Amino acid sequence: MPATKQLTKGNEALAMGAVAGGCDCFFGYPITPQNEVPEVLSYEMPKRGRVFVQAESEVASINMVYGAAAAGKRAMTSSSSPGISLMMEGVSYIACAELPCLIVNVMRGGPGLGSITPSQGDYFQACKGGGHGDYHCIVLAPWNVQEMYEFPALGFELADRYRCPAMILADGVLGAMMEPATIRDDDAPPDVPEKPWATSGRNGRNHKNIVNSLVIEPYGLRDHNLKLQAKYAKMQCETRWDTRHTDDAEILLVAYGIAARLALSACKLARKQGVNAGLLRPITLYPFPSDAIVECAAGKKRVLVVELSSGQMVEDVRLAINGKVPVDFYGEMGGVIPSPADICRKIMEAVQ
Amino acid sequence: MNIAIEKQDGSPDADLKCVFERPQALSDKPFHYCPGCSHGTYHRLIAEMIDEFGLLDKTVGICPVGCAVFAYEYFETDMIEASHGRAPAVATGVKRSLPDRFVFTYQGDGDLAAIGMGEIIHAAARGERITVFFVNNGIFGMTGGQMAPTTLIGQKTTTSVDGRDPRTTGQPIRVCELLSSIEGVAYLARVPLTSPKNINTCRKYMRKAIRAQLEDVGLGLVEVLSPCPVQWGMKPGDALHHIDESVVKAFPPGEIVDRVSATAK
Ligand SMILES: Cc1ncc(C[n+]2csc(CCOP(=O)(O)OP(=O)(O)O)c2C)c(N)n1
Ligand code: SF4
Ligand SMILES: [Mg+2]
Repeated sequence: MPATKQLTKGNEALAMGAVAGGCDCFFGYPITPQNEVPEVLSYEMPKRGRVFVQAESEVASINMVYGAAAAGKRAMTSSSSPGISLMMEGVSYIACAELPCLIVNVMRGGPGLGSITPSQGDYFQACKGGGHGDYHCIVLAPWNVQEMYEFPALGFELADRYRCPAMILADGVLGAMMEPATIRDDDAPPDVPEKPWATSGRNGRNHKNIVNSLVIEPYGLRDHNLKLQAKYAKMQCETRWDTRHTDDAEILLVAYGIAARLALSACKLARKQGVNAGLLRPITLYPFPSDAIVECAAGKKRVLVVELSSGQMVEDVRLAINGKVPVDFYGEMGGVIPSPADICRKIMEAVQ
Repeated sequence: MNIAIEKQDGSPDADLKCVFERPQALSDKPFHYCPGCSHGTYHRLIAEMIDEFGLLDKTVGICPVGCAVFAYEYFETDMIEASHGRAPAVATGVKRSLPDRFVFTYQGDGDLAAIGMGEIIHAAARGERITVFFVNNGIFGMTGGQMAPTTLIGQKTTTSVDGRDPRTTGQPIRVCELLSSIEGVAYLARVPLTSPKNINTCRKYMRKAIRAQLEDVGLGLVEVLSPCPVQWGMKPGDALHHIDESVVKAFPPGEIVDRVSATAK
């Protein structure tokens, strides 16, 4: 596949990754720190005969995504924390109606209007449902610009495979930073599975299709929920993670996204000071790499979870480890970004 | 669909012919609506239009949350159930994806004029090529007869037990008049569904609202003034009289915007 290495901004890489990933329709409402995504797509999509609509709100955006996904298209939206909160009813409908789509959250500091600075405070919202009812999105956490480019295609692929919403959970640093990334030069469309369930007009079909999330009868809704739960169980095989320097490590750091970048630098600093530190980075936050964490933590002195939050993913790490190894937490909130030296100090404190 | 008319001995009766049938676009599922409700009437009219324009194969309908929440059961076209008020956004997603399909929304007054006001205004502003079938019964039927933005002044509802007070709850919203200032709108009309004559007028309006989409003019909307005898606490006949006597004064029937006739093909 023809490709070139280019110095690229994270949000722009994400937009071009959506194009390369076969996104047919984008619907979005501006919000910092992800504005380059709709800006780039506003010209890249029409150029290719694809759909770009600047919606009147995030509520409208997600419902446009619902319509386009129901029509059988690869549809996506992109926003940041407050906007994602507004979308939650729609995401719950999409999950219940079993539609594939892609939602991007370039997280910013919260709660409330918060700030426009980077944060990882939306982990619970992304991974534990967020909207009402028992459902999940597949959640992908990129940690560099290359993954910002590649994950839209992966998100669409997984969403189509499981007929569920996929979310890319990035943050303001990943959106704004520039790094070299390998960007494809061509526009070859990816393989998209047939969607015989789509409400795209009968067009000769001998029956009508219905896209719906209403199941009024209790046993019917119970059965539909069981079907969804069975799907989430099946999804567990999609778990992805990455490890660095873990074999000889006495302390295991667990971090995702930009926090994992900082944690990796901190591991290197710690090693210079004689402490063998390693990193496990969850790439899928849902499904969560619990087994990999348990396996990797076995025999280590301690686990240190680093997040740009008050401690959200750490709950899943503790659930996985179940008391077998002590788990410490270091987090910063509000857009404060810890330095590798800050994290290294926590490593030293933990192993003492 | 042709119903064979048979003599008592089972042989075909050539002297009798079927003059009234269920439209092809309407399913044979019995309506769940209360006696005297017009949701079923409007469903039938929509199905007639889908047949008349030959759109069965290329229609995608969007249902509301409201008493018509099960509308997807009643049409033979592809159907999507939207969240409360968001049908115009869902329709936008479908229509932009598949511009050659006929896309309609079916919405109540709570759905369209309360929670979904933002979506209908902006769909209109963008000039979305969609057709909106709007049922104004002046009340939240489904949730038990609460006040709607369209409830008449003085009307008693379960959240305005002494009658709607304009000082604290404002005046009824006239959706067609409100939307008429928006240039993306191609067609707006209002009609009470109270008599065969009015139903025929409704058919005429619906044809134009559909043509607004098919002829690429803009958004088309037909508002029907519809009875909700159960939540109004009236007998079905009295509810129809009430529309003709009182409701039409707050919501004057007629064509409010018509950019379709001018561009007639
Ligand atoms: C987000 C949300 N809020 C509230 C409701 C509850 N609800 C269901 S239908 C309805 C009002 C429907 O009234 P209308 O649109 O006038 O339809 P009608 O039943 O009168 O035909 C409400 C408030 C809901 N389903 N979803
Ligand atoms: S409650 Fe009113 S709107 Fe609902 S079905 Fe009954 S009569 Fe019709
Ligand atoms: Mg109503």
